[in-house]
Amino acid sequence: MGLLGMMNLSSWSSCFSQKQASLSGNGRIPHAFFCNRQTLFISRRFESVKADVQLGSLRAAGDPQVLNFPGGIVKFTPELKFLSDFPEERIHCYRVLDGSGQPISNNFVQIDKDVAVKMYKDMVTFQTMDTIFYEAQRQGRISFYVTAIGEEAINIASAAALKMDDIVFPQYREAGVLLWRGFALQEFANQCFGNKGDNGKGRQMPAHYGSNKHNYVTVASTVATQIPHAVGAAYSLKMDGRDACTITYFGDGGTSTGDFHAALNFAAVMEAPVILFCRNNGWAISTPVSDQFRSDGIVVRGQAYGVRSIRVDGNDALAVFSAVHVAREMAISESRPVLIEALTYRAGHHSTSDDSSKYRPIEEIEWWRAAQDPVARFRKWLEGEGWWTAQSEIEIRDHARQEVLHAIQVAEKVDKPAIREIFTDVYDVPPSNLRDQEKSLREAVDRHPQDYPPQFPL
Amino acid sequence: MGCSGSRLDEDGMGMPPKSRPVFLHELKMRRHMTRPSHKDAISTPSKKELLLYDKDDDGSSTYKNAPQTARFSPKGGGEGEGTNKHEDDRKHKDVRNVDVRGKGGRNGHKVNKSEISSAGDAEEDEDYDERMIGRAPGSPSFRVYFNDGGEDIHNDIGKHDDFKSGGAVSSEVSFTDYYRILVEFIRVSVVAARQGFAVKEDVRNYKAKGGMQRQSCFGKLESLERGIRATALRAFSSSGKEMTVRDALNSALDEEMSADPKVFLMGEEVGEYQGAYKITRGLLKKYGPERVRDTPITEAGFTGIGVGAAYYGLKPVIEFMTFNFSMQAIDHIINSASKSNYMSAGQISVPIVFRGPNGAAAGVGAQHSQCFAAWYGSCPGLKVLVPYSSEDARGLLKAAIRDPDPVVFLENELLYGESFPVSAEALDSSFCLPIGKAKIEREGNDVTITAFSKMVGYALKAAEILAKEGITAEVINLRSIRPLDTSTINASVRKTNRLVTVEEGVPQHAVGAEICTTVVEESFDYLDAPVERIAGADVPMPYAANLERMALPQVDDIVRAAKRACYREKFE
Repeated sequence: MGLLGMMNLSSWSSCFSQKQASLSGNGRIPHAFFCNRQTLFISRRFESVKADVQLGSLRAAGDPQVLNFPGGIVKFTPELKFLSDFPEERIHCYRVLDGSGQPISNNFVQIDKDVAVKMYKDMVTFQTMDTIFYEAQRQGRISFYVTAIGEEAINIASAAALKMDDIVFPQYREAGVLLWRGFALQEFANQCFGNKGDNGKGRQMPAHYGSNKHNYVTVASTVATQIPHAVGAAYSLKMDGRDACTITYFGDGGTSTGDFHAALNFAAVMEAPVILFCRNNGWAISTPVSDQFRSDGIVVRGQAYGVRSIRVDGNDALAVFSAVHVAREMAISESRPVLIEALTYRAGHHSTSDDSSKYRPIEEIEWWRAAQDPVARFRKWLEGEGWWTAQSEIEIRDHARQEVLHAIQVAEKVDKPAIREIFTDVYDVPPSNLRDQEKSLREAVDRHPQDYPPQFPL
Repeated sequence: MGCSGSRLDEDGMGMPPKSRPVFLHELKMRRHMTRPSHKDAISTPSKKELLLYDKDDDGSSTYKNAPQTARFSPKGGGEGEGTNKHEDDRKHKDVRNVDVRGKGGRNGHKVNKSEISSAGDAEEDEDYDERMIGRAPGSPSFRVYFNDGGEDIHNDIGKHDDFKSGGAVSSEVSFTDYYRILVEFIRVSVVAARQGFAVKEDVRNYKAKGGMQRQSCFGKLESLERGIRATALRAFSSSGKEMTVRDALNSALDEEMSADPKVFLMGEEVGEYQGAYKITRGLLKKYGPERVRDTPITEAGFTGIGVGAAYYGLKPVIEFMTFNFSMQAIDHIINSASKSNYMSAGQISVPIVFRGPNGAAAGVGAQHSQCFAAWYGSCPGLKVLVPYSSEDARGLLKAAIRDPDPVVFLENELLYGESFPVSAEALDSSFCLPIGKAKIEREGNDVTITAFSKMVGYALKAAEILAKEGITAEVINLRSIRPLDTSTINASVRKTNRLVTVEEGVPQHAVGAEICTTVVEESFDYLDAPVERIAGADVPMPYAANLERMALPQVDDIVRAAKRACYREKFE
């Protein structure tokens, strides 16, 4: 993404060299790679941590106070003491902006005005698109929709911190990442309406976008299967020696799947450059996190698997941006996975098939919508920087609304995909059974012209 | 090599005893000794050069002193002498090893010397190389192998010596003068051509550049050798050579990995342990841990990771220790691998192979004895292949790896150690079988028997028994469950007018059911008898040997069904 190139890299690296301890202090290799990224990138890329462990084992071989175990050295203790089930203090949450949009420190990656303004514009566009598409579903114009209300900062800020070469394995609440990458509103609308302009050929439910051009893998409805895929793709990038990572998004509910655990473990073992981004929004459809798991969220599981982890305020665009930015550097330069847990709130329903007021208090939803709106918080910061005015606010809101409405109107009028598209892409080349099916379908259409209008797209 | 059990003996072979004639195939059997053997076999002026190859810088010949005992043994064991001398020998073996591998040049693969030398266990590699070219004494014909890289000619004349019994000369040598002349001609041409520059160059290159430049020094010979190889292959395409299914799979993996750096293996125990069934033997050493990945024990994990790797550039071959364990990962096979190309409208193809043993083994009970052909056969987007013979295994696995779609490759544990004759074409690295085409294993006019995997062997045995009773059965080896070659099946049924389907899996919604349907739909009027389905009992697999046998189709079941179809036995 061109705009990303405008970021002031020197300023962020100097900023982070002072405080890298706070971000990577508990890691295995805690030195300040920020200062000399290029050199370290080359040397670390394929370096395995195995050797460190083995070397340590050798040194400790003669020490009677330790157990020289194949996985590393363990100290003996006379204490009969179990690990506590819960830490005395919960893991802290990294934040940059307070509720009123004021930075609480300058401990964050600096952002250019152009990038910041685009981030805000995209957040507003995203919010507007969600609102109007949701209404379109309610009017019966599309069958299904998923909004990301309340999670705009996670979407846009994480996307902004990545580069276009990085591959995105989304769940289904990350359309904003695609929006940031340049997927047009018309393309979103075409997908939701399943017309022939949809680059998925009308095969997927609404909101299941995918675009090769934007390195955004087609959304899978299955929960959390994208996590191992992202690890596998990251391994592929590593094998190719590419200067890129993968990122995968998933919810708090997805962390209960076997795939999450398998992927986290594999990512650590394979030393794959992947960012595992958990949107902990409190609710998996109607299941609150307290019924989902009893750990201190997701962030603590990273350490259990040997993966660096951080918890961030998901409604703080600058915190998300900084965390993803640094995670990306670590993932690529050290060829390792990084887990990010963003605390946020699903301010909308799970999907259009859900009514969340049935299982959670309206006040709770309203409080998050009003007091914790990530878009408003980021706007206050922009205004404080002098980069945004009331006038520009009116203009962008109006502009976004017009664009989205226009996209829907156009998408509705575009033809549906041709019948032949039922049979394409099942395989690279259709085998005889598919060719036979298509042939017999065409014969049926020919035999019953009264049932198929002349403009029926074959 | 006839069967895997013969390795020790073969490896134990030393120099050919001088007291008896040296048979050509023996020379090859000694792998890395091929070169010196040329001089024994035919005395050409290359003798000096060839000897030079095996000498140290100080001129001492290590070749003849190389210990030849206890080669194929678990790591670290079996190599008694830890002396410097032994180390030297190893080093030299390594060099020769590279040489033999160069004949992997048949697949266009070059291994650099450092890669091999750093590997610990030269002996296993030798064995491995041995198997790679599948040279088993089998029949009175012979084959000539050449390298694209071009340094070795391997001649093989089968069935006049028994290797399995330790190299004793036994049976008759029955090749004709014609063969003899041609062999001599080819060998003399190439050896003489080499004498001029190639061997010297080879040695020099090894000494000077660590063997890295060897391909180029032989470039000039390539076209000559290719021509001769083509001639030889044409002349002796029915090689009569035998190869185990295990070796066929191993060689197919090796060749595809060497041909395409995107191909990598992943699974439990595929690396250090060389595969639970040793299908991946030698590959870790050859391709390294980045391309032969041992994984944590999570099928859902490595299958999902394989699918993700296939999304972005790699061509993973995922090994399930057995296909029973693929149940842990079936979500990724079906929801992810088989549908992604379609859901993304062709934007994301998934060139992945899931392979491993499928179906009943022996005495491993309900959770290790299921046939998944029908399961995966019912998933659009997947291709499902079921090899029977070594030729199937090689040709279909190579096709599967090259295919842009996800392929489920169902092997059979009990077939791994079985040897089959392989044609010369099947041994060529370019060999590939078409996906979706069945093979008529045996022609006949009275009844059609369809089978796949291990059951093909049963069907062939049944056909033999039937033949004695005057019934000629046509046996169709399906090879591919999806796509299913319905046209071959229907053409056969239209000829024989009778059909018996055989499979190990349970009958309901099974492969036989689908075959029955296609025949009813397309060839109903040709049927002279009800279709017979032979399948496993409709129960989970019992463990006790007698019960297990009862639960699986047996040759007699097929014979009886075929007779019923031919109205030669009463319907029960």
